[in-house]
Amino acid sequence: MAQELATQGGRNMTQTNGADTTVEHMFTPAVDIFEKDDTTVILADMPGVASDDVDITLERQVLTLIGRVKNHAPEGYRRLSAEYREGGYTRTFTLSDAVDQDKIKADFKHGTLRLELPRAAEAKPKKITVKAA
Amino acid sequence: MLHTLFDPFGASHPFIDMRRIQRDMNRLLDGVGTSRHSSTYPPVNFWAGEDSIVMTAELPGLGEDDIELTVQDTMISLRGEFKDQDIDEDVSWHRRERPKGKFFRTVELPFRIDAEHVDARFENGVLTVEMQRPEDEKPKRISIKS
Repeated sequence: MAQELATQGGRNMTQTNGADTTVEHMFTPAVDIFEKDDTTVILADMPGVASDDVDITLERQVLTLIGRVKNHAPEGYRRLSAEYREGGYTRTFTLSDAVDQDKIKADFKHGTLRLELPRAAEAKPKKITVKAA
Repeated sequence: MLHTLFDPFGASHPFIDMRRIQRDMNRLLDGVGTSRHSSTYPPVNFWAGEDSIVMTAELPGLGEDDIELTVQDTMISLRGEFKDQDIDEDVSWHRRERPKGKFFRTVELPFRIDAEHVDARFENGVLTVEMQRPEDEKPKRISIKS
């Protein structure tokens, strides 16, 4: 239903703001993918990303999720210790053409993206009755 | 949550997947027996200010009410649970990578915290806790006479 395209791993994206160049690390968000009735649901964790900074693109069958983060240092504070790294998120999936692309629903709450991909009507299994000869 | 820290050979390097498996195994074994207490989930970052300290933790998918935060003397504790909302019997899974179940973590700080002046915010799945030192324990500047 949702085949993954890119291999796992981080990527670095260079951003130039004025004099200093900061490297924004792009992580692979953890996802849950399940099918319920006629809908495939993708849940992707993107903590630290505001809902306006989530980019979902669907080009042909390729679904790309991108989440960008703003500066995460609390104002007036310096970094003391870090157990996790902050950064953006990106992950790409290939959808089967059975998804009704016009009815995709996206919702972003508490750092988790929820995508609902309903199955297209023509892709639903049809029962074919066999007539007796 | 799938944070690959160092990626010198590009995204297609096989060790990335190996590290991922290793971490998944660690997470799996973390829930075995009584190891809950030594659990290090969630990972936390610390930021230092003048007389205050900020702790941040990523807890995506949780609501404000799902997180219990307690502060006592030098200890700060985080407790919570990831609840499955849509999970009923007729769901067929393709991938399950997001964190599950309960967590409890206690971190000891280098100084006492004024429990009356703790400011906790939860925004976009990131918990930010700002803690102050008690007024009478802040370091005092002493002027030296010539």
